[in-house]
Amino acid sequence: MTTKIERIGAKIRQLVVEMSERSHSGETGSSLSISDILAVLYFKTLRINPKKPDDPNRDRFVLSKGHGAAALYAALALRGFFPLKTLLGHRMNGGALHGHPSKGAVPGVEVSTGALGHGLSIGVGIAYALKGTKSKVYVLIGDGECNEGSIWEAALSAGALCLPNIVAVVDDNRFQGFGASRENNPFDMAKQWSSFGWGVLRVDGHDARALEKAFARAAKATKPFVIIAKTVSGKGVPAVEGTLGAHYYVPDEKAVKAMKRV
Amino acid sequence: MRKDFVAQVLIEMERDPSIVFLTGDLGFNALEKIQERFPDRFLNVGIAEQHMVGMASGLALEGKKVIAYSIASFATMRPYEQIRNDVCYQNLDVKIIGTGGGYNYPTHGVTHHTVEDVAIMNVLPHMKVLCPAYAWEAREATKAMLRHTGPVYMRLGKSPCVAYEKNRKFTFVLGKGFVVRKGSNIVLVSTGNVLDVALETAELIERKSGLSLCVLSMPSLKPFDEKLLLAHVRKAKGIFTIEEHSTTGGLGSICASVLIAHGIEGKKFHAFGFPPESFLKDVGDRDYLLRRIGLESNQLVRSIMRYL
Repeated sequence: MTTKIERIGAKIRQLVVEMSERSHSGETGSSLSISDILAVLYFKTLRINPKKPDDPNRDRFVLSKGHGAAALYAALALRGFFPLKTLLGHRMNGGALHGHPSKGAVPGVEVSTGALGHGLSIGVGIAYALKGTKSKVYVLIGDGECNEGSIWEAALSAGALCLPNIVAVVDDNRFQGFGASRENNPFDMAKQWSSFGWGVLRVDGHDARALEKAFARAAKATKPFVIIAKTVSGKGVPAVEGTLGAHYYVPDEKAVKAMKRV
Repeated sequence: MRKDFVAQVLIEMERDPSIVFLTGDLGFNALEKIQERFPDRFLNVGIAEQHMVGMASGLALEGKKVIAYSIASFATMRPYEQIRNDVCYQNLDVKIIGTGGGYNYPTHGVTHHTVEDVAIMNVLPHMKVLCPAYAWEAREATKAMLRHTGPVYMRLGKSPCVAYEKNRKFTFVLGKGFVVRKGSNIVLVSTGNVLDVALETAELIERKSGLSLCVLSMPSLKPFDEKLLLAHVRKAKGIFTIEEHSTTGGLGSICASVLIAHGIEGKKFHAFGFPPESFLKDVGDRDYLLRRIGLESNQLVRSIMRYL
């Protein structure tokens, strides 16, 4: 039996495919791979209130891999931050939503991102400012994004400062723009993070219960914590799942119909 | 100049508890007082300029006023994308401080020479650009910068410079320039700590030719005091800019576009500074390097007289 969270994950995927088809734009695979992570974060883990998007006591979420914006917008709309019809303006002339998150475009987007390797440093700054409060900072980064040196500057800094209120999630979908992520980083990612002073947990990024448990454990950590979530690029679209092509996949009407049947 | 900056920062941090000071591992023998007095609001983030600016942005998103400090070349060029996307795009209250701008790390070599910072900061939306000339300007610029909300880049020089007295009611406001020397025939426009060179040049030309020379100090490059410039150039026959920066994208470019936009014609004009045709690889102290690019008073006198 599917749970509510699993249904939300599927709904995010459906909305992402619709947005991509409408705007004929890609980066679909990297939005689909984070659908279940966002479902758990926005409907279970994050302490947020769509009616008070600037509540100082809220948890913060930073989508460092900004190209997953379609999934973020879908999650925010489903959670009630803005009407679902706003999604019609994703990457469309005169629409509200860029292909990468822009703070202020809609309520709920905490940080403008798009160039890779920026979000973790911003998250460290937010966490440093929120030291001693109940608020946590969650930063979602891509496995390919970890090629960026600035990610490791931020990881080193958070580790050295022993920040207990920052949780990174690596969307380990194993593909980046032009190849398999392992070609560029063939090493053990868990060891890389732990050597920078982070607590590490590996989890199936499409298993809602496992993700929920992982976030609960991360919340209790006394140092920075990273969840390496194994995901599937293009999740939910069998024709492209787990392929390099999923990254820039542009769905057609048939694919949209197929998603609705799920 | 760095001492004046630090002295004013101490005053401002006392006054405003939201100010946080980040350094990219720079500040030995300079920032210790800030570190000692405000241990909870001072952080050496390490030799990681991209992270420093990203972290500054995160702090600013939470309502902090953040100073990010490094050598001018490292503070501006390494984290340029963070300055553009994280700070300026989101219009955050982050102050980028580039110390030793121009040739103030002369014998360190080309990697430490910074003659592009003003140009690259100038093109960024929301960014204000300050380049004080000497002690008083540095103090006042620091104060104005920290009482302003939004992105600011400030270039500090390292060498002590000329001290013109606060003889009139000078109030430092972002976007305001100052008349340092009155005159009407020729206008020398200067920014930053080559002001002493501009003043010496004016003296020499006046003595030699009997022409009267006006010297303007422009510590605020963005916004720029167009009014002050225009008020002094209308009657002048020559306008010359002097800057320790590339002649592309700095004071010279700014003045040229102001003059053209306002239909100021028939004047002799030249921008003195670093000609960006090749890197200045000569080894020597600041005066030596300035001579190599013609920013020495006697050289300037000869050049300007040729233009006239």
